[in-house]
Amino acid sequence: MKTRTVETRKGCRCRVLEGGSGMPVVFLHGAGGLLADNPFLDRLASRYHVFAPELPGYGESTGEERLEDMLDFTLHGWDVVAALGLRRPHLVGHSMGGMIAAEMAAVAPSDLDRLVLVAAAGLWLEAHPIPDIFALLPAQLVELLFQDPERGQQLLTGGVDFSDMEAFKAFYLGQQRRLAMAGKILFPIPNRRVSKRLYRVTARTLVLWGAADRLIVPAYAEQWARLIPGATVRTIPDAGHMLPYEQPEAFVDALVRFLG
Amino acid sequence: MRFTWFNLMPWPYLPDDFREKHRSVWVDIPNTLYDPRKGHFVYHQYMDQLEYAESLGFDGIGCNEHHQNGYGLMPSPNLIAAGLARRTSRAAICVIGNSIAGYNPPIRVAEEFAMLDVISGGRLVAGFPVGTPMDTNFCYGQIPALTRDKYGEAHDLIMKAWAEDEPFAFDGKYNQLRWVNCWPKPIQKPHPPIYIPGGGSIETWDFCLDHDYNYSYLSFYGYLRGKSLLDGYWERVARRGKDESPYRAAFAQIICVADTDAEAEALYAEHCLYFFNRCLHVFPPFADPPGYRTVNTIKYGALSQLRMEAQLIMQGLTWKQLVDERFIIAGSPETVRQQLEECITGLRIGHLFCLLHTGNMPDWKTRHSTKLFAEKVMPHLRHLWPEWKHDDRWWIHPMDERLHPEEGRPGAEKPRQEWRP
Repeated sequence: MKTRTVETRKGCRCRVLEGGSGMPVVFLHGAGGLLADNPFLDRLASRYHVFAPELPGYGESTGEERLEDMLDFTLHGWDVVAALGLRRPHLVGHSMGGMIAAEMAAVAPSDLDRLVLVAAAGLWLEAHPIPDIFALLPAQLVELLFQDPERGQQLLTGGVDFSDMEAFKAFYLGQQRRLAMAGKILFPIPNRRVSKRLYRVTARTLVLWGAADRLIVPAYAEQWARLIPGATVRTIPDAGHMLPYEQPEAFVDALVRFLG
Repeated sequence: MRFTWFNLMPWPYLPDDFREKHRSVWVDIPNTLYDPRKGHFVYHQYMDQLEYAESLGFDGIGCNEHHQNGYGLMPSPNLIAAGLARRTSRAAICVIGNSIAGYNPPIRVAEEFAMLDVISGGRLVAGFPVGTPMDTNFCYGQIPALTRDKYGEAHDLIMKAWAEDEPFAFDGKYNQLRWVNCWPKPIQKPHPPIYIPGGGSIETWDFCLDHDYNYSYLSFYGYLRGKSLLDGYWERVARRGKDESPYRAAFAQIICVADTDAEAEALYAEHCLYFFNRCLHVFPPFADPPGYRTVNTIKYGALSQLRMEAQLIMQGLTWKQLVDERFIIAGSPETVRQQLEECITGLRIGHLFCLLHTGNMPDWKTRHSTKLFAEKVMPHLRHLWPEWKHDDRWWIHPMDERLHPEEGRPGAEKPRQEWRP
């Protein structure tokens, strides 16, 4: 994958990972951002023209002060699509990215081809309260995100040696900045009422979930499918919330089967 | 030098194994640990103590706001202040303060503070904290990264509401009010003295200096640890070309006075350790949600302020450590006098919030310590800052002819017999 930077009409500057050719697929990352290695993107790029923009506040992307609420995030998503010059891309959103993708599909239903929601945030079921990701110790977070926490820890930190104080500081500051941004749409309850708007979604929709997701449990997949007309659910075994990272092959296979 | 007697109002019945059994004294503390029938006595005891402090000549009496908190029983400090306004007539009533980012709409604070100022005859000191992340974010649901912005707007609304004589429309980002018309308005003009309690965000310094408000550093870790932050503040004061009146700054300090140093340990050690070991036992993530502190503030504190580290300091504290490292100032009147002078001059503060009730300290000990402080410590420190003795910019200006509603009532000057359940 190569990287480029686009500037939206609002003035946010976003780093975008880009690779492959063919039908455009836009991947929207979750609250933790893209990790150091994203093998599922490489895999996806062997078949599609993949774009993975980083939100302002993540990595080198700037302009986070311009985005404050759900509508800002949603329109920003479309602003990035416009800045990339794409027409009717497929949208694939993971976790918080799924929440943004669902909103994008609800406000501009004709502007995308297909929609894939991967372990998407954005709904709230009283019977299944989602753990408060803003009040977790690092080890607790890893437990919730990955089916295999030990491997998850390595994926999450990208092999940074935390006994090196400077490296730890840099990681800590980055994480504070990322989650500060995510908090604008996820805190204190990750529900900005997209459920009221989902009737507008006309894109063919796949809801993809890790069977062992402990953060947003699979009951949420069923709820998305109930709310989005015609959506289908697919569950992938041996995967937690970080499904694209834990099972990149199965993840991409499922996407290919759906997107064609 | 001005002294305010301050009560955090801790719940004094946290079990011995609280630290082992529960992860936090704040936010998700099991509310089955609270017993309202005992609470009845606790509130009256604490309010009596505040009134007692007035009778001993403290300049102010104060309380603050916390939510879902085992060491702070005042979700509404204004209710406590209202009680005090009816039972005192001299001391400043320092509400430090209302966490205005969490009020909806914040005009409520303009109204309630105005009521308190009017009932008390112009004795209100109005505090506007951004609010701790525990209170404002986790208990009151405000978004961390937007808290400071929302706070700023709430502040602007309240100050404008107090200043304007005509109804006005307020088109804020977080508050839209077509008819703002504060009724009643405060006695003190242009407004009651404003104190901004800070926990350590450097943005708060400029906010205080922009408006000439008092900056109050509320730390429980004592003046040695408070020094670097207040040094930073004074540097900022100098750089902004403001005068160096010590009344621009206040500091909170836990203080225990006894007849001798040894008696101080015998009387107060268990209560101070109760406070540090149980009351400050906070689940670290609650203290540091991403976005609450700006990247600049985090960098300024480097990692030393990581709340995780603070929790480690708390573990296994001893009286000797508390005293030697000046978390607390404790001992004979002479010892306390010396150390406090060092604290006051070292930090350059004109106001001291005296935490003379600590943890689960019983009433008689609190009164003992308070009385010794008032009689044998306070008079010797009054005359620090002689060159600023006429500076009353950060103090109350009450009506001269005001009511004394407490007179002729059974006195708080003597302890109650019946408060203990």
